[in-house]
Amino acid sequence: MEALAVMQGLTKVYGNTLAVNNLNLTIPRGKIIGLLGPNGSGKTTLIKMINGLLTPTAGSILINGMAPGPETKARIAYLPERTYLQSGMKVCDLVDYFEDFYADFDKNRAFSMLGALNIQPAAQLKTLSKGTKEKVQLILVMSRHADLFILDEPIAGVDPAARDYILNTIITNYDENASILLSTHLISDIENILDEVIFIRNGQVITHMPVDRIREEYGQSVDAYFRRVFAC
Amino acid sequence: MAWNLSADKPIYSQLVEIIQIQITSGKYKAGDRLPSVRELAAEASVNPNTMQKALAELERNALIITQRTSGRIVTEDTELIRQTQANLADEYIKNFFRAMKELGYSAEDILLLVQKTVNEESVSSH
Repeated sequence: MEALAVMQGLTKVYGNTLAVNNLNLTIPRGKIIGLLGPNGSGKTTLIKMINGLLTPTAGSILINGMAPGPETKARIAYLPERTYLQSGMKVCDLVDYFEDFYADFDKNRAFSMLGALNIQPAAQLKTLSKGTKEKVQLILVMSRHADLFILDEPIAGVDPAARDYILNTIITNYDENASILLSTHLISDIENILDEVIFIRNGQVITHMPVDRIREEYGQSVDAYFRRVFAC
Repeated sequence: MAWNLSADKPIYSQLVEIIQIQITSGKYKAGDRLPSVRELAAEASVNPNTMQKALAELERNALIITQRTSGRIVTEDTELIRQTQANLADEYIKNFFRAMKELGYSAEDILLLVQKTVNEESVSSH
């Protein structure tokens, strides 16, 4: 089967800053992939280009063989690092909103996850804590049957128990042909659920390999290896 | 509760060992059906592909058998299960001896210390 996403010579320049620099990357199907790199390494710029929110300065991105556009957006479920939801809306209205917006949205799955995390559907978003708002957003995104889930810092603001539930949801819900690209700094929390990791520095991929190969070759966890590679 | 995995060894090989222990300790007995890959992955809090890889290795060693209709079962070969247990025991004892020698004990000292522990345990359990 063809790769889910292929990037070639991908470059993004902001003024004098080279955010993504001639990057080549292939995202396979059926994998949970960690996108890891220090602050300012180009992770979010890369994610925004895959989502068609930024236009590359040079190079190409193909998702399911197509350039980013309405067809690819319909197949990508994206959790941005910042919220875009209207704080005056109720949780249940947001569920309806997502159902109208995305043909692949699974309302039952959303309500069952809200129930498991004790989030009242009638609550207004602005009355919820920061962590609960993040849970709502993540639930909405994970309730789609997308080909590619892109989660930018999905677990940073939630408590450890909810984090376990969310990771468990990711493990049990994603389908075999879908992939999850997950950007985070909390590597040790997620490394057991990853197939492979991508290390990015100065807008380029410096390592892309399976978690267990890092452990075999370097005798240390991805977290420890990251700290070594990116030591300040 | 996620399985207890250490950070410096490959995840899949640790999963193999934990499932071997679950079988030798009788959590899953000869001929028992195993949970699905997803269920085991969720229980262990690991990636399903990694769990799949661990189960494939156990299948290669014939400790687990895939049946077309009823999923994966534990082998009914009790001799193989006993052999797996013996291999694990052998490995643990070697690791223990290596660690004790690093502490500076001779093989005789180690045996004496083991005997002492055995005596203490038999006293305290009476």
